[in-house]
Amino acid sequence: MTEAVLEGKGVTMTLGEGAAQVHALRGVDIALHPGELTLLMGPSGSGKTTLLSILGCVLTPSDGTVMVAGRATRRLGGEALAAMRRAHIGFIFQSYHLFPTLSAQENVELVLDVRGEKNGSVRKRARAALAAVGIEHKSAALPARLSGGEQQRVAIARALVGNPSIILADEPTAALDSENGHAVMEVLADVAKERAVMVVTHDPRTLSFADRIVRIEDGLIIGEERPRA
Amino acid sequence: MIFTLALRNLFHDGIRFVGTLIGIGFAIILVTIQLGLYLGFSRQITAMVDHADADLWIVRKGTKSFEQASVLDGGERQLALSVEGVASVTPLVVSFLEWRKPNGEATTVVLVGTPLTGGLSPWNVVDGSPADLAIPDGVIVDRTYLDELGIHGRGDTAQIENRTVRVAALTHGIRAFTTTPYVFITPDRARSLIGYGNSDATHLLVRIAPGANVQAVQAGLQARLPDVEVVAQDVFSARSRNYWLFSTGAGFALIAGAILGIIVGTVIVAQTLYASTKDHIDEFATLRAIGATSRYIHKVILCQALISAAIGFSLAALAGVGVVYGTQDSVLPVVVTTPLLAALLLLTVLMCVVSAMAAIAKVTRIDPAMVFAR
Repeated sequence: MTEAVLEGKGVTMTLGEGAAQVHALRGVDIALHPGELTLLMGPSGSGKTTLLSILGCVLTPSDGTVMVAGRATRRLGGEALAAMRRAHIGFIFQSYHLFPTLSAQENVELVLDVRGEKNGSVRKRARAALAAVGIEHKSAALPARLSGGEQQRVAIARALVGNPSIILADEPTAALDSENGHAVMEVLADVAKERAVMVVTHDPRTLSFADRIVRIEDGLIIGEERPRA
Repeated sequence: MIFTLALRNLFHDGIRFVGTLIGIGFAIILVTIQLGLYLGFSRQITAMVDHADADLWIVRKGTKSFEQASVLDGGERQLALSVEGVASVTPLVVSFLEWRKPNGEATTVVLVGTPLTGGLSPWNVVDGSPADLAIPDGVIVDRTYLDELGIHGRGDTAQIENRTVRVAALTHGIRAFTTTPYVFITPDRARSLIGYGNSDATHLLVRIAPGANVQAVQAGLQARLPDVEVVAQDVFSARSRNYWLFSTGAGFALIAGAILGIIVGTVIVAQTLYASTKDHIDEFATLRAIGATSRYIHKVILCQALISAAIGFSLAALAGVGVVYGTQDSVLPVVVTTPLLAALLLLTVLMCVVSAMAAIAKVTRIDPAMVFAR
């Protein structure tokens, strides 16, 4: 197996204080490898999204270590964590979080702009990312003019355009009908051929696309299976 | 992309953006009018001093403004001419006197007794010529004061101190801050009307010889004439301006109005930018989540502020041009100079940038993890 590009060891997250204290994660160990689509499944409140946020460097764990591309994130400040996300991680959100005033193409270009890439290839690369998810023909459309499935494809193109080694997706099919959900998972499975992809989901329709399924409950990993093994 | 995002964010909230532009526009127009009036009044107050053919002024000690000078003791002119570096010394005779209109009503005027050449010869003469002062009983008044002086134009007569004067020429735009009309006349006739002696003067205008040092000549004059004040042209101009604007409170009122405009404008822009940022908070959180630096996000908000400033200022400038043209011949002319325009642009930008601070403080506290919760 290839070396892990994202790894969490003993990841613990405690929220609140005193009687209201909640242990969202209780010492989770997890590693993501390139070429693998991992589904993180569990009931509501099990800690899936918290773990995704911590692995994605948007939330700092109470305890434990997160390594991104071999570098520990502990003690990194907000700007350094942002740089880590910029360089290594692409996000896909349940509600897409596209910029409503920007076209599909501009939404994708924005990631490259954030990375400080201003050269002439920006437009071409954004176009290629849209083509890779089969939505190139809607590049000029505003998000409001796109269906849910189309918006999620644009969001995937946005996550891919910076060529990150890790893709983290939060319930990417939750807002989509069966056909669009299937199409989006096909794209993600394709993306996972070269990258580490983790998808947080409740959706049983996604199971057939998984290389690995990790089950979490009450903040603990309770099981892991490899359906294709 | 920052500019595109900022522009689209603003236009996305169309009605709010129009409100912002109106707010900025009105605030800047208010500031323009206040500062334009201040400048207009300043010019009116200092016009006489600034147009005088002088490097130095000799006046009685304690003289606060051009109009309020009192008669010198006499003999100062000869003493001044004996000082090294002095090229010429021209007497002026200035005094408040009563002007009796042809219909018998009276009004106060400022009599300005000046030689035909040099001194304080009337400028902007639009009907007749400055030389017409030489016409027997001739006076020159400003066209905009004809109604106030109860006359209709050249050739009309009135009385000053029961002596007939005839309007020999008309100027345009020589107005007084005090609204008391200036009446130009020769020094001899001015002395005669006021009752001064043959060589009396209220001001002496000193021209220095080519190559002479103004400060050195001023010091020499002051040493030779210890009982009067020798003042540089620009100092006397500023003294007159400060006296009328700040002893009357008019200047404070205008500046207070301008400050109020700035505060109102800043609050309006700040409120709009803050509300817009709050509305787009998900997008700013997304930007943060995808790795944007704080600096990048601040740039988006500052860009929104600067776009608002540029459009708001342009609208205000257009309205300002209308105000300037509409008031140029009025009692209260609003004067907008290129430096004032540049200062207003800078002020607008500053106002909008300061306004952006609240919005920036808001996004600085964004938790990018919120994108997973929505």
